[in-house]
Amino acid sequence: MEVHPEAGKEGKPSCALVELQGDSSLQVEISDAVSERDKVKFTVQTKSCLPHFAQTEFSVVRQHEEFIWLHDAYVENEEYAGLIIPPAPPRPDFEASREKLQKLGEGDSSVTREEFAKMKQELEAEYLAIFKKTVAMHEVFLQRLAAHPTLRRDHNFFVFLEYGQDLSVRGKNRKELLGGFLRNIVKSADEALITGVSGLKEVDDFFEHERTFLLEYHTRIRDACLRADRVMRSHKCLADDYIPISAALSSLGSQEVNQLRTSFLKLAELFERLRKLEGRVASDEDLKLSDMLRYYMRDSQAAKDLLYRRLRALADYENANKALDKARTRNREVRPAESHQQLCCQRFERLSDSAKQELMDFKSRRVSSFRKNLIELAELELKHAKLKGPPGAPSAKAV
Amino acid sequence: MAAEREPPPLGDGKPTDFEELEDGEDLFTSTVSTLESSPSSPEPASLPAEDISANSNGPKPTEVVLDDDREDLFAEATEEVSLDSPEREPILSSEPSPAVTPVTPTTLIAPRIESKSMSAPVIFDRSREEIEEEANGDIFDIEIGVSDPEKVGDGMNAYMAYRVTTKTSLSMFSKSEFSVKRRFSDFLGLHSKLASKYLHVGYIVPPAPEKSIVGMTKVKVGKEDSSSTEFVEKRRAALERYLQRTVKHPTLLQDPDLRQFLESSELPRAVNTQALSGAGILRMVNKAADAVNKMTIKMNESDAWFEEKQQQFENLDQQLRKLHASVEALVCHRKELSANTAAFAKSAAMLGNSEDHTALSRALSQLAEVEEKIDQLHQEQAFADFYMFSELLSDYIRLIAAVKGVFDHRMKCWQKWEDAQITLLKKREAEAKIMVANKPDKIQQAKNEIREWEAKVQQGEREFEQISKTIRKEVGRFEKERVKDFKTVIIKYLESLVQTQQQLIKYWEAFLPEAKAIA
Repeated sequence: MEVHPEAGKEGKPSCALVELQGDSSLQVEISDAVSERDKVKFTVQTKSCLPHFAQTEFSVVRQHEEFIWLHDAYVENEEYAGLIIPPAPPRPDFEASREKLQKLGEGDSSVTREEFAKMKQELEAEYLAIFKKTVAMHEVFLQRLAAHPTLRRDHNFFVFLEYGQDLSVRGKNRKELLGGFLRNIVKSADEALITGVSGLKEVDDFFEHERTFLLEYHTRIRDACLRADRVMRSHKCLADDYIPISAALSSLGSQEVNQLRTSFLKLAELFERLRKLEGRVASDEDLKLSDMLRYYMRDSQAAKDLLYRRLRALADYENANKALDKARTRNREVRPAESHQQLCCQRFERLSDSAKQELMDFKSRRVSSFRKNLIELAELELKHAKLKGPPGAPSAKAV
Repeated sequence: MAAEREPPPLGDGKPTDFEELEDGEDLFTSTVSTLESSPSSPEPASLPAEDISANSNGPKPTEVVLDDDREDLFAEATEEVSLDSPEREPILSSEPSPAVTPVTPTTLIAPRIESKSMSAPVIFDRSREEIEEEANGDIFDIEIGVSDPEKVGDGMNAYMAYRVTTKTSLSMFSKSEFSVKRRFSDFLGLHSKLASKYLHVGYIVPPAPEKSIVGMTKVKVGKEDSSSTEFVEKRRAALERYLQRTVKHPTLLQDPDLRQFLESSELPRAVNTQALSGAGILRMVNKAADAVNKMTIKMNESDAWFEEKQQQFENLDQQLRKLHASVEALVCHRKELSANTAAFAKSAAMLGNSEDHTALSRALSQLAEVEEKIDQLHQEQAFADFYMFSELLSDYIRLIAAVKGVFDHRMKCWQKWEDAQITLLKKREAEAKIMVANKPDKIQQAKNEIREWEAKVQQGEREFEQISKTIRKEVGRFEKERVKDFKTVIIKYLESLVQTQQQLIKYWEAFLPEAKAIA
């Protein structure tokens, strides 16, 4: 499989999260998205010269549930047990934003028209930002699949990309729920496995290290993500607070006839500027920090899932060994036991090999993504701080 | 220096006395930079005629009392009017100034005339321009600090004692630097006394900081947490601002109660300030009565200036309240931001620890450090938000309430005058009826009553004019102070914002190379 660097794709927000080196033979993107009452409809556009597809360029409309179906299909596929399955995109959630817009609409009579317009603008910007983010999340999911040499060849993936009709996944909802429930039970058993409670002996140092590392890392990144979210929300809150302050200062200034007039008006101006900048700081922190942490929280969970699968394979292998020994001692059904053991061994080794590669990829992906985002975060913070600073100084003197 | 002096016998508002007083007001309420002399004209109250020269510094060979006072007057010529009248002390401070009942104008006029009579000759000869000049000179040589809050006592009887330090070169004080220990109720007591003396004649007396049962209970109970230290600090700063505003007022600065508050080591406990005391309840009743009365007084405003100003202050009040509420929200949210940033810094540090790629791990730790420093910045900014901006606004909201009070007093004054006029009319009508009915014995009484009420009408008119005049001046002074106050604070606040930004720049600039170093 040849790997060509993808030119011209780096401009997309999705690439900020994941550095992708894919094959230009399959390019996937979400070219359009429409938000209706309760759902979002994504237009998935594919450009491919692969012989499998009927056309070289085509698009379909998909909804969130269909993405989830695709993800689950990968997870349940034994073939991909040794790979990190890209985390499923989160459900589009406009609830909070919609509620806020509604509350604003219901109105507070003490708010002036200007203030109202500003607040509405803020909320609409927020809504738009959430929308863009959900598009980006869905897109990066598909793009990682398209970039992965093995995953891109999946039949379900082709169906997802090409099939013009609804994939009718919605009917599965109750079944999915049940399936999800069962999966959670299995997961807790896996947790026991992975945390070493089961007494399985890890033979490979690399995996031993990865296990301890991922367990701790996942918890901590989840923590950091939650707290980054809170910081971002506080910044937004602050930006919103500046609106009434600026308005009150303006009206105070316009009522004064003395020297205070300029002072108040200048201060009002400054707060207005601070508001915009604070808002931008909040959204930058959101994109560069919160989103990145969130993505790698999910990705590290996917890596953990891979480790579970490998350990389960190891458990199977050990059980097969025991069964073989028993069969040998009893001298009954040795053949089937032998072949079973062989299978388990092969499976385990296959998983271990690919897992190793996947985990190393995960690390390099993580490091480069963090690097890029942290640099961009620092640069943006500097840019904003410099904008807030010097203009404030002359106005202090002018006051 | 202080000698017993009887106040000159005060007639019932003899026109001459009152006039003198009016001029005297000018002198007292403005800060003086120069004091010109003139030959004195003899005062009925045994003021010997004397040649008063502006630059005399030595003691005059006449009566001790006047001497010292004159010396003071001219020694401080370049800085401050020090119409030292320590004689006032025995008159006023020996009796505990009632916290509630308004003192009648006569008592008020007494000390003033007394001290004024010493300098009367000087006043009469000063030109208008001089007085104007003095009004513009802004030299106050007195600095007040409130510091060192200390908890005294235990349990529910505990209280905080604050050290009040005065640094001054004014001669009315016996020392140039001194300090006393005062508790919160002492401050309230001081305000109560000043208010009862000056508010109803039109002086804007700065209001004292508000009581807080919750805050104080926490302190009493002994909670050593950050919220009670914050509360104490907030109160200390408020008390300091209160005293500073009070001493800036030239009339109040002369008041013996204020001097006693600043100077004497022992102060009688002001029990009348307690909310649940008898005086407290009387206060509440009076306030309610006032509110009702205010609604029923329909004043024929002959002076558009007052109406305008009242409207202006009403608008200002509303605007300030709105702004204050928003700024309080800002302070709250900035504190939240600070807390959240600190929490994030910790988790970033933990993440850095568990990261196994060394360069990334180091960068994450650096990020954690940057965020910690930013948290500090947020805290400092919140502090500035509050102490500079929010407290200034709440101070002025309360000050404007005092201004509104003064306008209300003027209305009440007018009402009194109106009532006197109506009564006089009735008495005249009654007299006319008696004349017709020809009852000679009652005529005399009627005539007496008419005379009495004529005098009251005149007094009412005078008082009304006086309070109107005082208010005009006070409002002018208040506005000047307000402009100065706000401007200073706005500049300081802007500077704090600028500084925060500059610090932020420094922190992120330090971090950027670390991020780039991730290999």
